[in-house]
Amino acid sequence: MTPKKFDYYSPSSINEAIEILHENEEAKVLAGGQSLLALMKLRLAAPSALVDISKLKDLSYIREDKEYVGIGALTTHDAVEHSEVLKKHFPLLIDAASKIGDQQIRNVGTIGGSSCHADPAADMPTALTAANARFVIRSGRGERTVPATEFFTGLFETAVGHDEVLSEIRLHYMPPRSASAYIKHSRREGDFAIVGTGVSLTIEDGNVCKDIRIALGAVGPKPLRATPAEAHLRGKTLDDKNIADAAEVANQGADPPSDLHGSRNYRMEMIKVFTRRTIKLAMSRLM
Amino acid sequence: MMKAVTKSDLVQVTCKINGKEYKGMAEPRLLLVHFLRDELNLTGTHIGCDTGHCGACTIFMNGKTVKSCMVLAIQANGAEITTVEGLADGDKLHPIQEAFWENHGLQCGYCTPGMLIAGLFLLQRNPDPTDDEIRRGIEGNLCRCTGYVNIVKSIKAAAKKMQPEDTKATKAM
Repeated sequence: MTPKKFDYYSPSSINEAIEILHENEEAKVLAGGQSLLALMKLRLAAPSALVDISKLKDLSYIREDKEYVGIGALTTHDAVEHSEVLKKHFPLLIDAASKIGDQQIRNVGTIGGSSCHADPAADMPTALTAANARFVIRSGRGERTVPATEFFTGLFETAVGHDEVLSEIRLHYMPPRSASAYIKHSRREGDFAIVGTGVSLTIEDGNVCKDIRIALGAVGPKPLRATPAEAHLRGKTLDDKNIADAAEVANQGADPPSDLHGSRNYRMEMIKVFTRRTIKLAMSRLM
Repeated sequence: MMKAVTKSDLVQVTCKINGKEYKGMAEPRLLLVHFLRDELNLTGTHIGCDTGHCGACTIFMNGKTVKSCMVLAIQANGAEITTVEGLADGDKLHPIQEAFWENHGLQCGYCTPGMLIAGLFLLQRNPDPTDDEIRRGIEGNLCRCTGYVNIVKSIKAAAKKMQPEDTKATKAM
């Protein structure tokens, strides 16, 4: 299988990449390529030009800032999986990164590439939505920052315009007594998720839920915040009964597909099961 | 604006493979695995599925394992690559090759080049892996003959062979 012919650009800076994209509306950005090249080989995608940013090493970093952890868009899943900083502050990203594809894919695939590809069944978009990530998007017009809920706009669609490049993903530190987790439900290692569930939560006064974010993947065109379940838990004690009750309403608003990995009904059920399990996994990580 | 390499242009790709410099021509859409096999005649790297699933085309590129059907040849310009041809030292097999031979880690052998490279990457990071860690390390490599049991055994045996003598002694004590 060979991709359709394309023009190839290898810019030496992000600004140069932006310039090329501005001039060429048909061009696609190539990051790690572990999704895009697969689609191109199957001829499901046939961009007339590729702008290869994979060699822009200054976009690969995990940096502790004062208010947030900044992750360069070209940071590989493997680097995320083995980051001590993320393990400490955002373990749900470690959960998600370690379940993506396989070792070879994680060595090349990037967090920014996976976000911009926005496959509804991918792990990173769901985990980043649960972490309330902010996406820094650059263009010739300057820089703008978009929250996860506005970044993922639809099926394989994001807020990144044709002449823009995602440069950084920011994760603001959570308050004390917070924890997070992500669980991917799939039949085999390396498969896409049947359901992916990400949770980040903060507690106060013993075991009372001060705040919680629950994100669901593979249940619709884009990551879904389970807002009814979140509302059910806010201000309540995180005990088995309240968690089970919240999980019962977690699939409200979900619109999962039926395919060979699982029927719609099965997925609607699994949302409940994995919402419950992911909340409990996050709680087990509370200090 | 910078100039593109246009659709049918052939550009020279230079890379260091198994310690030796290679040059070849590639159009932008040529995949690295085809470049290695057809342009450079290094046919040890196999093509199994061509969709990024099977891992038969796994190679080392700049110190990390990649599936060479998921990378463009043009992206490998300037890269340092190790393929299965680079493992043995003349007639002397690499310890991981010996271990596969001795433990019957292959039947048809089609997946073996990828298994050896993936196994070696795992052992570089984790010199004494458990069975579970080995299975996770080779999750991106499919074998349709062995059922993986002997492959796991082979990688475990390779770990023993590759341990430096002094750690072997400490472990025995």
